[in-house]
Amino acid sequence: MTKAAVVVFPGSNCEHDAVSGLEVAGATATLVWHTEQDLSGFDLVVLPGGFAHGDYLRPGALARISPVMDAVSAFALRGGPVVGVCNGFQVLTEAGLLPGALQKNNHLSFNCEDSMLIVANDRSSLTRGVAKGTRLSIPINHFSGSYVCDDETLQRLQDHDQVVLRYEVNPNGSLDDIAGVCNEAGNVVGLMPHPERACSNLLGSTDGLVLLRALVEASVFA
Amino acid sequence: MRFSATVSVRLRGGIADPEGATIERALSALGIDAVHNVRAGRSFLFEVEASSLEEATSIAEDLAGRLLANPVMEDHDVKVEAK
Repeated sequence: MTKAAVVVFPGSNCEHDAVSGLEVAGATATLVWHTEQDLSGFDLVVLPGGFAHGDYLRPGALARISPVMDAVSAFALRGGPVVGVCNGFQVLTEAGLLPGALQKNNHLSFNCEDSMLIVANDRSSLTRGVAKGTRLSIPINHFSGSYVCDDETLQRLQDHDQVVLRYEVNPNGSLDDIAGVCNEAGNVVGLMPHPERACSNLLGSTDGLVLLRALVEASVFA
Repeated sequence: MRFSATVSVRLRGGIADPEGATIERALSALGIDAVHNVRAGRSFLFEVEASSLEEATSIAEDLAGRLLANPVMEDHDVKVEAK
């Protein structure tokens, strides 16, 4: 069975939802405290949402120097699937594992709503085998979700098929409607929407499972 | 020797600054019409133990570039002086 690590920073608050979503998707999932320095034995790593280290300085800025991040980088470098959700996405950009940065929403309001997403890439560890153009209803819940990067980086993202998800209706001023990106290899993915909150009909959508199942399957080939 | 350092961080020129824009819109309510191009940012004040101004400046620059500012979206200035 696929073994998932869900990293917990002081201030993470979506780790239990992530564990539950990954389990529904067919993995076993374990919480890993941010001081852990060894991730061997895991098949995939998730950095969950929340406010790591209080989001002080900038979201993700202090989390990226947590001891666990060397192990996350090494895991990613070996080609292991790493997914950052919301605050986890911010951590991955601050750590330099993903290009760009997340800036405050352009309207300065906190976004907490369902968002319609369009799958833009079918080769990342989160979307492998999911047809491009697939529409998914998945909630967003963030204040700093506006994706920014320079023109050159945006061109590179487009040329190398690194935009993973786009918003159907842009909720925050994100460049190119970007909701999620991956590294060039496709194994490291960051996204602002919360797939782990869309894993049950009781909660309004099971579209998150489309992504989490792809992730659990991707880890088999990693 | 102890030096005092100030690092100012703000969004880079090409990047929209919703906080600065919101502050600017609020100014008209105060009857201030002469102020334009407001950019929001933050300052960090700290002390550096070093043997020279150059060394203290280089330590502060390093801290600013590696942690206090995110070069993807922010610019920074460093000012260091003897205490």
